Amino acid sequence: MKILVNGDLRDVVVPTLAAALDELGYRGKVIATALNGEFISSSLRSSAVLSEGDRVEVLAPMQGG
Amino acid sequence: MQLYDTELRSRLMLGTARYPSPAILIEAIKVSGAEVVTVSVRRESSGERAGQAFWSLIRELGLRVLPNTAGCYSVKEAVTTAQMAREIFGTAWIKLEVIGDEHTLQPDVFGLLEAARILSADGFQVFPYTTEDLVVAGKLLDAGCRVLMPWGAPIGSGRGLNNVLGLRTLRSHFPEVPLIIDAGIGVPSHAAQAMELGFDAVLANTAVAQAGDPVRMAAAFAKAVAAGHDALMADPIQPRDFAVPSTPVIGKAFLA
Repeated sequence: MKILVNGDLRDVVVPTLAAALDELGYRGKVIATALNGEFISSSLRSSAVLSEGDRVEVLAPMQGG
Repeated sequence: MQLYDTELRSRLMLGTARYPSPAILIEAIKVSGAEVVTVSVRRESSGERAGQAFWSLIRELGLRVLPNTAGCYSVKEAVTTAQMAREIFGTAWIKLEVIGDEHTLQPDVFGLLEAARILSADGFQVFPYTTEDLVVAGKLLDAGCRVLMPWGAPIGSGRGLNNVLGLRTLRSHFPEVPLIIDAGIGVPSHAAQAMELGFDAVLANTAVAQAGDPVRMAAAFAKAVAAGHDALMADPIQPRDFAVPSTPVIGKAFLA
């Protein structure tokens, strides 16, 4: 299944957001996620089912003013 | 100074962006005595480590972090970014920015108010980046904000306090509300002026980070903020239109 992760097309074989993040190498990182523009908390990622063409945003800490 | 339920001694807050290196950032924070630093969130690929490394460095300092929603132009963007920041940084504090103009980075106060209502109702402790507009300030307080962050001048401009009269009026209108000057500060004297006007704190970023010697500038800001606040507490004299001799004239010799 092809999904957009931070704007890049990625191929994942697993059905949920939590599994996709593991597959993509995000395990253990401090991140927050949104699916199609909606915030998905870490506790809800394993029940967030992905569909073809979904847009996933993965954000991490950054310097800010 | 109390911001929401947190008591702070330092009245200088520091941004963490645009420093020459992580080491200089950390040294500048330490020298500044700041107890609150601002942070942000951005996309990170699974192979990148910069964001994680940055967060490790900041976490080790044991300070309060104030995440921002910088770069958000819509209510939805700002609200979602705030939710994501709360999960990443583990704080209900959010420096809410809803930008309305890309050239001046002026806040969209209508979107700001709407986002502040949504986030306050959701349990956030909102620090809205706003203008010196009195009516907007009142509505932000009605929306649940307990701290306001009026701009001094456009972000990163270094122009200081553009509208001193407006800021002075804002201060006198809301004497009990913590007011933090956010944006536009260029040199320590701007920060001292803000404190002398009675503002509770100053947030500086570019002025320190882009200085030739950020660590020395951070120290200068710390002294300026402390001096400005001390001056306010010391009840300064008011300006006069005419000269008043400072040396007593009584007993002066008649030599004409």
